[in-house]
Amino acid sequence: MPAKRTRSRRRVPAALLVPAAAGLAFLILPLAGLLIRAPWAELPARLAEPAMLDALRLSLVTATMATALSLLFGVPIAWLLARGDFPGRSLLRALVTVPLVLPPVVGGVALLLVFGRSGIIGSWLYERFDVTIPFTTAAVVLAMTFVSMPFLVVSVEGALRGADVRFEEAAATLGAGRWTVFTRVTLPMIAPGVLAGAVLCWARALGEFGATITFAGNFPGRTQTMPLAVYLALQSDLEAAIVLSLILLAVSVIVLASLRERWTSVA
Amino acid sequence: MTVPKAATAPRETRMRTRPALALTAALALAVLSACGNGGDGTDAGSDPATLTVFAAASLTEAFTEIGDQFEAEHDGVTVEFNFAGSSDLAAQITEGAPADVFASADQKNMDKAVDAGAAEDPQPFALNQLVIAVPEGNPDGVTGLADLAGLTFAACAPEVPCGAAAQTAIDASGTGLVPVTYEADVKSTLQKLTLGEVDAALVFRTDAIAAQDEVDAIEFPESAEAVNTYPITTLADAPEPDLAAKFTEYVLGDDAWAVLETAGFQRP
Repeated sequence: MPAKRTRSRRRVPAALLVPAAAGLAFLILPLAGLLIRAPWAELPARLAEPAMLDALRLSLVTATMATALSLLFGVPIAWLLARGDFPGRSLLRALVTVPLVLPPVVGGVALLLVFGRSGIIGSWLYERFDVTIPFTTAAVVLAMTFVSMPFLVVSVEGALRGADVRFEEAAATLGAGRWTVFTRVTLPMIAPGVLAGAVLCWARALGEFGATITFAGNFPGRTQTMPLAVYLALQSDLEAAIVLSLILLAVSVIVLASLRERWTSVA
Repeated sequence: MTVPKAATAPRETRMRTRPALALTAALALAVLSACGNGGDGTDAGSDPATLTVFAAASLTEAFTEIGDQFEAEHDGVTVEFNFAGSSDLAAQITEGAPADVFASADQKNMDKAVDAGAAEDPQPFALNQLVIAVPEGNPDGVTGLADLAGLTFAACAPEVPCGAAAQTAIDASGTGLVPVTYEADVKSTLQKLTLGEVDAALVFRTDAIAAQDEVDAIEFPESAEAVNTYPITTLADAPEPDLAAKFTEYVLGDDAWAVLETAGFQRP
């Protein structure tokens, strides 16, 4: 019986191999297209452009802040959805994933309607404290958090559901308080899920375009992230847009790969 | 082919995978062939002639009406529009998109099509000028660019025609004004105003007129420094060259001009 299982595992079924190969080609070809059309000679000059560096720095900083906010609020949400026992939980779960299906531009408009100068909360902030959120770096972080937090919640909730509650129960019977159980037993158990969620969240935030340009506008150094810079470059100069895209791609791959390296060496 | 000992089980699974495989293949074929048809679907075969016009987004309202008029005057002719940013359209045309006519919102993007050999001899058919759009009733009493100094205002990014015009006008005014955001296109610039996030927006007169229920348009002298010319041309690879020439002529004529004038354009 075990021998048979290994044999059938070695041979990938054609029904999986064919769509997998087609799907991979579909995912990888556009990247190849970028690489083929890239004006490599221009790359050093572009890399030295202060505007480009501003946009790249802003993208990395805001995406990281959005990920931090998502962890801070998203992990408790995931815990509530996975372990909480209250009416309307499935409705709440559906609502949390709304930003996933909402077109990002619509998300941006929705954020304006709430946090904008004449929005529900924004108008109060404006009149009371003379604070406006749109067109600021904070708006970029908010827009990114809005679209990317669901990715973290969904993967952390999945990890929580997959985790064995008996460990938590054992810790509790041995006298650990709820908070101690969460930080010392639950969190370490679901760490891979949290990390995977954080990576997804960060990557989604880094690529965020629609909600950002709608809610935060586009101002170099303040709200112009790399995707916005790419889109505007595309209006006048395709080559520049390709170079900017590749820089963003390379930096994100390097960051993710080096993080992964660190996790695996730690583990 | 080696037959395993428990022959029935694998065969069963294999039989089950075959329909799945066939289904995948059929789906892939269907998708591919659908894409193929879409790519060269403008062949002038069976049905009456269809004219494909690539036009700048700011022409949406005016050209839709002009297209209706043209269809009414030419039996069996359907005019299809692809409205988008002029630079997107120029890129699509130079990459070989099947189009008959190109109407650009600026000379620069028309030049791209001409330089690529996709078009020649474009004719200017309309002019568009910037205005300061303000909320209806002009609550801040804006009368010119200088009044924007203490206000927040939105403008287009310098990479797009309305932004290039805005930069020229601001430079001409010597005010050194800086908008709070450089929007990617004129419609989203105006949207920031209608949503109440800015006090004013530098947009084309035609866009302010299209939104006249919500905004007032303030004319200002410096906009004369940045007049935008809209050129139109038939394309070299037009599937319907005769019809394309007729449509271009129609847009340059008086009937189309009446529509363009109502929309806020000026005649070249």
